[in-house]
Amino acid sequence: MNAPRARRGVETVTLDDTDRAIINALQGGFPLCEEPYAEAAKDLGISEDDLISRLKRLLNDGALSRFGPMYHAERLGGGLTLAALKVPEERYEEVTEAVNALPEVAHNYAREHALNMWFVLATETPDGIQEAIERIEEATGLTVYNMPKKEEFFVGLRFEA
Amino acid sequence: MKDGNHPIDEVDRAIVLATQEGLPLTPRPYEAVGEEVGIPAAEVISRMERMLETGIIRRIGAVPNHYALGYHANGMTVWDVPDERVKELGQRMGALDYVSHCYHRPRHLPEWPYNLFAMVHGKDRDLVETRVAEMAEMLGADDRGHLILYSSRILKKTGLRIGG
Repeated sequence: MNAPRARRGVETVTLDDTDRAIINALQGGFPLCEEPYAEAAKDLGISEDDLISRLKRLLNDGALSRFGPMYHAERLGGGLTLAALKVPEERYEEVTEAVNALPEVAHNYAREHALNMWFVLATETPDGIQEAIERIEEATGLTVYNMPKKEEFFVGLRFEA
Repeated sequence: MKDGNHPIDEVDRAIVLATQEGLPLTPRPYEAVGEEVGIPAAEVISRMERMLETGIIRRIGAVPNHYALGYHANGMTVWDVPDERVKELGQRMGALDYVSHCYHRPRHLPEWPYNLFAMVHGKDRDLVETRVAEMAEMLGADDRGHLILYSSRILKKTGLRIGG
């Protein structure tokens, strides 16, 4: 395996039944109205204060990575792609640093394959993708395997907490 | 209508900038966004409704960190399927309740023959492998080869951002 070992730092967060109900119910459909937390809390059978303080804690503990609108990058006029690199094991940390240094790199994952580094590039304009790829190739001397999506199928998963 | 082009104007853009890291955790969050953008809460709400209808906003709510919820096995499954079948198979795969994202992507022949990607999440690798076996069975002869690429480490996760 070329990829480094799994990071140990990601601990499972302890949740109570109300936390679970919040996470399961609110992965979409948060109301667009004057007092949306009060409305969502009513459906959950808890108070507005309780919902807000629990959301703050869930964000703080890392059970939630965000709370709010999820935007569709391409429909905002930007560029988005998935790309991969085949990184020699002895250069893994150095290349990670070089790739992560680009603000256009939104996510970067080590994966267990000869193509062992997979990252998402998000740019202000569609043309920015090619520029970012060229910068990564210059900085690392490696070939970027660009895999922009041709079509997206229904994105349906809701994580059950 | 969720397809096609629905350009956003400067006010929409200001709303995106004010909310892309999250909605304020205060009783009247859209009012708070409106104060930052310089418009009334009602206009924030109607503009966000429109962005939701046109698919610029995918959804509004909680974005779970699947690792923290105990989904430790995060498998990117990649499949080599006939090009003329990719649309139908992609739709069937995307409809499975354990697939979070499903995309048609270009091959890089000869070393990367895979043209259909589906993210499969599970509490452990055994469960992911059981699901992948189900998917392979569903594809039948259209499955000309597949792999599961597990993520072994998150190297960076900042999410998508547009600049100010």
